[in-house]
Amino acid sequence: MNSSNILSIITFVYGAGASFYLFEWVFKKPLAGRIATMVTVFGFVGNTAGIALRWVESYQLGIGHAPLSNLYESLVFFAWSIALLYLFIEWKYKNRVFGILSTALACAAMAYASLKPDQIQPLIPALKSNWLIAHVFTCFIGYASFAIAFGISLLYLLRRFGGPAMLERLPSDKLLDELTHQLVMFGFIFLSAGIITGSVWANSAWGRYWGWDPKETWSLITWFVYAGLLHARFMRGWQGNRIAVMSIVGFLAVLFTYFGVNYLPGLHSYGAGGG
Amino acid sequence: MTDSRVSPGIWDAIWEFFASIRLTIILLLSLAVTSIIGTLIPQNKPPMEYLQAFGEFRFRLFNALDFFDMYRSWWFRLLIVLLALNIIICSIERLSALSKILFVKNPKIKPSRFRNAKNKVVFEAPHPASELQARYTPIVRRGFSYFTTEATDNGLWLYAEKWRWTRFGVYVVHLSIVLLLVGSLVGSILGFEGFVNIPEKESTSRIFLRTTGQPFQLPFEVRCEDFDVSFYDNGAPKEFRSSLKIIENGQTVIAKDIIVNDPLRYRGINFFQSSYGKLDSPHDPSDEAAPEEIDLRVIEKASGAAHSFTARIGERQVIPDGGGEFTITTYQPHLTFGGQDIGPGLQVEVKRQGQESQTILLPLHFPSFDKMRGGALFFSVTGQKKKDFPPQPAAERYYTGLQVTKDPGVPIVYAGFIIMLIGFVITFFMSHQMIAVEITGKEQGSRITVSGVSNRNKLGMDRKIERLAAQLQNT
Ligand code: HEM
Repeated sequence: MNSSNILSIITFVYGAGASFYLFEWVFKKPLAGRIATMVTVFGFVGNTAGIALRWVESYQLGIGHAPLSNLYESLVFFAWSIALLYLFIEWKYKNRVFGILSTALACAAMAYASLKPDQIQPLIPALKSNWLIAHVFTCFIGYASFAIAFGISLLYLLRRFGGPAMLERLPSDKLLDELTHQLVMFGFIFLSAGIITGSVWANSAWGRYWGWDPKETWSLITWFVYAGLLHARFMRGWQGNRIAVMSIVGFLAVLFTYFGVNYLPGLHSYGAGGG
Repeated sequence: MTDSRVSPGIWDAIWEFFASIRLTIILLLSLAVTSIIGTLIPQNKPPMEYLQAFGEFRFRLFNALDFFDMYRSWWFRLLIVLLALNIIICSIERLSALSKILFVKNPKIKPSRFRNAKNKVVFEAPHPASELQARYTPIVRRGFSYFTTEATDNGLWLYAEKWRWTRFGVYVVHLSIVLLLVGSLVGSILGFEGFVNIPEKESTSRIFLRTTGQPFQLPFEVRCEDFDVSFYDNGAPKEFRSSLKIIENGQTVIAKDIIVNDPLRYRGINFFQSSYGKLDSPHDPSDEAAPEEIDLRVIEKASGAAHSFTARIGERQVIPDGGGEFTITTYQPHLTFGGQDIGPGLQVEVKRQGQESQTILLPLHFPSFDKMRGGALFFSVTGQKKKDFPPQPAAERYYTGLQVTKDPGVPIVYAGFIIMLIGFVITFFMSHQMIAVEITGKEQGSRITVSGVSNRNKLGMDRKIERLAAQLQNT
């Protein structure tokens, strides 16, 4: 059994977790909720093991490097971050309603990963940098935080604008709003740290810390959107709907930074750089 | 400094304009939206490419709007300057007001703030106020830096406060942004970005600037002693390495091997490994001709069994124990993999019992290439026999491609990075907290009111008050 097998199983484990959370919520069965938590914890442990095993395998192939170097690996790490952050929120707020969306997002990230080439590739020279590891790590913790904030904002707006009656059972508006805000702040710190470590890496590889390439520019756009959100809230006291909308727009910018940039015209792959 | 001919009203209006948070939100969102343009239109390409892509009319329009070199255009820079002014003026205005409340030795308690707090918890105890004061004091002041008691008409206040200074946190963040802007300005005025290609065993002091392509003279010479590139088994480049020397006044002052991610720095000028190439690629006749015989090893992954073969092109070979059969179909002097020329190799057709036949590639110089395929059989070429050829011409020569930069703004920018992260932690996770316990004497015992205020994270303060009240009630 290699890491790819383990990770494809984990996709289904997260899917099962989402179903149990949904079951608990629809039928109000606390037992289903406890099972859901156990399944998700199991998924998270398996996800961790898969990442660790992949790391070991890369050394066995003689091209050892941290498994954070291509789209497949970053998606797997994205799922890992979402699961970790979600389990923390569940534990801290003693509330399982966000489990459905969070595990579904983790499952979606893993499923999308499984469509991507999963071979362990040797690192091209530009990617051999500890800054790259720090960069991917911080970015994805940030993205995971924004992803969960996005899920909560969606629920918030759904309820506001006449979603199904079951949504009444969500926690209070005030808590949803506060949680969105907390997650956005947390994500913002990590996004900033991600942009910073990325700049330092670019400076050590190509001698410039900022080059306005589309990926960099889009991460800055995302940063501007969330900075706008934070100011609107801190200074103008925005809350509720407007913050939820901004958090959704912000996450769309995240998705574009991550996936969309590859579809922009006239792009070089990011490892190419330099001359 | 105000010009007497201009009415002060205008200056006030300008100041007001820059002191508004609405301007901030508008600027942040405009920067977000305009930045998109530069990602939709590839930047700094030759004009002909744009003309072809957009046609005459749009080419002229976009050119007039600076869309082809957008991030250096006057209007984009104006947005950034406005943002800088906004942040500086806002901060000055706030800081003068804020420092008044920040530098107080003995903060005044405003009873109404605490009596009106929504998180207020009220309970009663059968003890007199003086006894409660002694009991409560250590609990209330725990974890707080400032503590005081104040008597009232028929009781007293216990008051604790901490982290008043964290109100400065946002200005730390804003300062860091100003540092980033200043640092990038310093870099663009005093720095440069260029490139140079140096053949092995040659030196130069003339590089070319990236923006204009103009030559630029360095105050010393760089010499490339040696260049090496190594490859992984699959043919992807593993490492580029140049041995560089800096020569000043005929003396070697520094010698260093550089690789990608590990530049040479001297007198503020940095040399980064960025590309390489061959000066002249001598023809290798032995590569073009197919070998007469090829030695192969085939390993069955499941059992680990290894079989050796000596095969000719076009000959069918049977793998023992029902492992299937294979045929070397063609020889290719230049296999490509991932866009790279990985040298000579074979195309092999493999047929396993009850399966579709499959074509695989085997580069001659990378014996473990096929392992990455992860198939049930792993093929590797162990040797080849060719007709004799005359000896090779002299070894080929490489040049190294270097990115040469100078950016005295970098330390300022890095300082900005660190200060920004510190500022975030203060702003987001710390708040100015004040808690107050009012003890009022009654005929029998006392009435206690616990409440608190903070400038951020109000929910956290509410939880803290609940816990504190419960704790006090239980002592
Ligand atoms: C991108 C450039 C930024 C600009 C132009 C900007 C501008 C401003 C302005 C004009 C104000 C209002 C005036 C004042 O209280 O001083 C303000 C307040 C604030 N800013 Fe920023 N800011 C920027 C980035 C940030 C970032 C990245 C953060 C994240 C921590 C931040 C956090 C805050 C906070 C918390 C306040 C409220 C201050 C208070 O409560 O008194 N700002 N900002």
